[in-house]
Formats: sequence, structure tokens, C-alpha cells
Amino acid sequence: MAANPQSLEGEAAAAFELKAAGFTLPIFRLLGDDMEAVANQLSAKVGQAPDFFRNTPIVIDLGDFAGGEVEFPLLVGLLRGYGMIPFGVRGGSKAQHASAETMELAVLGETYSRAARPSPANAENAERAAADEAVHASMLVARPVRSGQRHYAAGGDLSVVGAVSSGAELMADGNIHVYGPLRGRAMAGVNGDLEARIFCQDLQAELVAIAGHYRVSENIPAELQGVPVQIFLDQKILRIEKL
Amino acid sequence: MARIIVITSGKGGVGKTTTAAALAMGLALKGKRTAVVDFDVGLRNLDLIMGCERRVVYDFVNVIKEEATLNQALIRDKRSDHLYILPASQTRDKDALAKDAVGRVLEELSDSFDFVVCDSPAGIEHGATMAMYYADDAIVVTNPEVSSVRDSDRMLGILSSKSRRAENGDEPIREHLLLTRYDPRRVDNGDMLSVEDVQEILSLSLIGVIPESKAVLSASNAGIPVILDHDSDAGQAYADTVSRYLGEDIPHRFTEAEKKGFLSRLFKG
Repeated sequence: MAANPQSLEGEAAAAFELKAAGFTLPIFRLLGDDMEAVANQLSAKVGQAPDFFRNTPIVIDLGDFAGGEVEFPLLVGLLRGYGMIPFGVRGGSKAQHASAETMELAVLGETYSRAARPSPANAENAERAAADEAVHASMLVARPVRSGQRHYAAGGDLSVVGAVSSGAELMADGNIHVYGPLRGRAMAGVNGDLEARIFCQDLQAELVAIAGHYRVSENIPAELQGVPVQIFLDQKILRIEKL
Repeated sequence: MARIIVITSGKGGVGKTTTAAALAMGLALKGKRTAVVDFDVGLRNLDLIMGCERRVVYDFVNVIKEEATLNQALIRDKRSDHLYILPASQTRDKDALAKDAVGRVLEELSDSFDFVVCDSPAGIEHGATMAMYYADDAIVVTNPEVSSVRDSDRMLGILSSKSRRAENGDEPIREHLLLTRYDPRRVDNGDMLSVEDVQEILSLSLIGVIPESKAVLSASNAGIPVILDHDSDAGQAYADTVSRYLGEDIPHRFTEAEKKGFLSRLFKG
């Protein structure tokens, strides 16, 4: 990406280079639209350490902003008044971005994970989200999977206790376990996990696949059909082994 | 409150209407107040099988569109006081079956009957999904051949995901397997799936096995539910099925080929 001076041999020396770098910047999380309250809180905060904020570039975060419109001229004026250099916003709505741009603030991409650093108000939500994720990570199906039904375990393993009929489809980002005859399709590691495996008690599948490497029923040797097997990738070659 | 039973299969021609007629008649003969509803709008057959085709004035769609009351449309069977038939319309199509209106009609039927038998059309489209949406019990009619078994399997999947019970998170629909057109001799020869094969694939409780029988066709053509033909094997098998549905424990019959003696083989071929 960055221009390489050596590659420009014989040409005039480059006047500039473009490079990418990462900085750690303070974030100003705006929570409400009461600018008076913001001003009061800010003066108290800056009063504790006036030098700390001098000439500090700062990003305004609207991710948890509860109000409607942000009074950017007021806010930017406030921050500049305390010596800070607000230069961008992140989060918030399109309309907020538009009014931020009129104040010549950059709109920064959303790159952080909300669940990673929850605010106190969102801690409960984040916890619930994490719990949901845990539920989603592995999935248990305790009924027969009928022809035409599909189950996808996003981000984890899929276990089925019961028969998987021909015409049914199992997918998982992780492993697939079938405690019963597997007559449908099973695709493990659909997100590209080469380590994913399929385990089943009775292999009669139409198709099995791991990370996109597949085999159809016709190409499964008769001695591996109807017996308990595990299916995995060995040097990117799909292998079926009796258990 | 009535129990609503859907007779379904996915595949056509496996014996849904024959089964709906036989089951409804069987329940009525046991003294249960029974209504049988034809959901096959546009291709109505139930009235023929029940032998009431010349008494149809109003139909299911008329009731749905509130052009007639339920009492005007219901046809009382001449053989049993407990049995009523709600015929389908032949001139409309299945889009006429609005979900709310179907629910209203079934609820009204529920008030005055013990059982409401819904004869589903083939396929998995609107007509079939309407027939099973409000069901409490499902009888999945299956022939012992692979395509019918697969379609039944698909239908079972739909039953467990798209019914009212599934959507409300209530106790799931009770599913029963009814194997029809079963020919034990062909099973022995290896050209037909056996009861065990079908049960293994569908993992479902078996409510009955109806043998392949000439009696079914002649009963249909005569407009007499085959269950009334007490001498036929199919009629007896349906009678057993009705008893099993009502909770009696009866062993399955007609699942083994008759052992023929030398003489009968010689003379009958």
C-alpha cells in the first residue's frame, strides 16, 4: 500500500508517502443532549487535571447517545474551550453524521465490539447478548430432522439426537454430531474451519462436507455406509474413518 | 371442544380422501359426533367418496365468505346421524381459504362436534398448510414406496414448524403414520418397502396398515366409505385404525402374506 522509495529507482525522489498507523485516542462518549450538564461535568473533570486535556485530539462517540439531535457547534466549542481538539465522530445516525460533517468533523468507522466494553447502562444487554451467543454457539436438536428442514449452528457445534432424513440439511461452523442415522446432508466447518469434524452413528448421508470439501453418497464406499464414522480433513482431503 | 384431525401426505393419490371418509365414518359409528371437511378446493372428491355429491348446495368457501351459515352447508350423512360433511367448492381455488376465516369455521365446528376430520389436498402449498394449521392430531398417509415416504417426511417437518401449535409453542401436533396400499407379498419379494422400513425412516408411531384391496376402488365408485364394507380386509383394517386412534390396543393385521396351500396355488395361480 505504502509507496516504496526503492521501487521508484531512477525517478525523482518522492515528495511524500502514504502510510497507515494506529493511534490510541481518548473517546468522548456523549450520553445525553443536555449541553449544560455536559459543560458542568466537563469543567469539573478538566479542573482536576487541566494539562492532561491540553491539545488532546478527541473522538466524539455517539454509540450510546440517548438524545435526538447533537448540538455540534456548542459541543465542539465547549471541547475546544478546554483545549481539546475534537476531530471526528463515530456511531450515531446518518443525520448526526451529516451535521457532524458541517462542523468539519470526520466520520469514523465502527470498529469496536460493543460487547467488549459495555457501558454500565448496557451491561445487562451485553450480558444477555453474551448469553444468546453462548446459546447460539452450540445447538442441540432433540427431534428427528425431516426432509426439507435445515439447521445451522452459527459459530459452534450442532448435535442432533434423532434421525436426519434424506433431504434435510445440517450446517455448523464447528462440528456436527448425529446420534441416529444420518441420511441427509451434513456440512461442518462451513465458515472454513479445516479442523471441524462430523461424527455420526449410522452414515447413510447424501452428502458430507467439511470446510467446502465434500463427498456425495455415490463416492462413499459401501463398507463405510451404515456404520458409526467420523469424517475429517487430512491435508485438505476428506477422510471417512470407522469409529 | 373437538379434536381436529388432519389427514395429510404431501403426495397425491396415496389415499387421503379414502382415509378421511373411512375415519370419519368409523368415528361416527362409534357414537362420536364427527364432521369431515374437504380442504381440496377446486378438486373436490370427498363428496363423491361419501356418496353425497347430489346433495351439495353450499360449500366450505361459501361459509368462509359468509355467504352461507355452517348449518346450511353441512350435509348430514344418511347412514349415520353423527356424521356431517362440509364439501369443498369446485369452482374456486385454494386462495379462497383465508387463515382467519378457516380458524373461525373450525372453531364453530369444534363447538358442536367431538371430532373434526380435515381432508388435506396434496402438495405443501396453501391448501395443505391451511388444512393442517389448526390441527391437534395428524394422520400421515403413506404408501410403501420411497417418494411417498420422502413427501410424508417433508410434511412432518412442516407440521412441526408451521402449525398453530408450533407457532404458539403449545404441545406439538400428535403425529400418526398410516400405511396404505400395503402388499405383504410384494414386500416379501423385495419390491415394496416393509412396515419396519417405513417406520425406521419416519420414526413415527404406526396407527394402522391398510392392505392393497380391490374393495377400496369399488367402495369409492359406489360412494360408500370402505370402512362400511365389513367383509373386506381394507374395511376391517380401517375399523382397527379407528379403534387404535380412540386408544384401544389392537395388534396390526394384514401385514403378513397369506400362506397359500398347494391346491389353492394350483387353482388360483
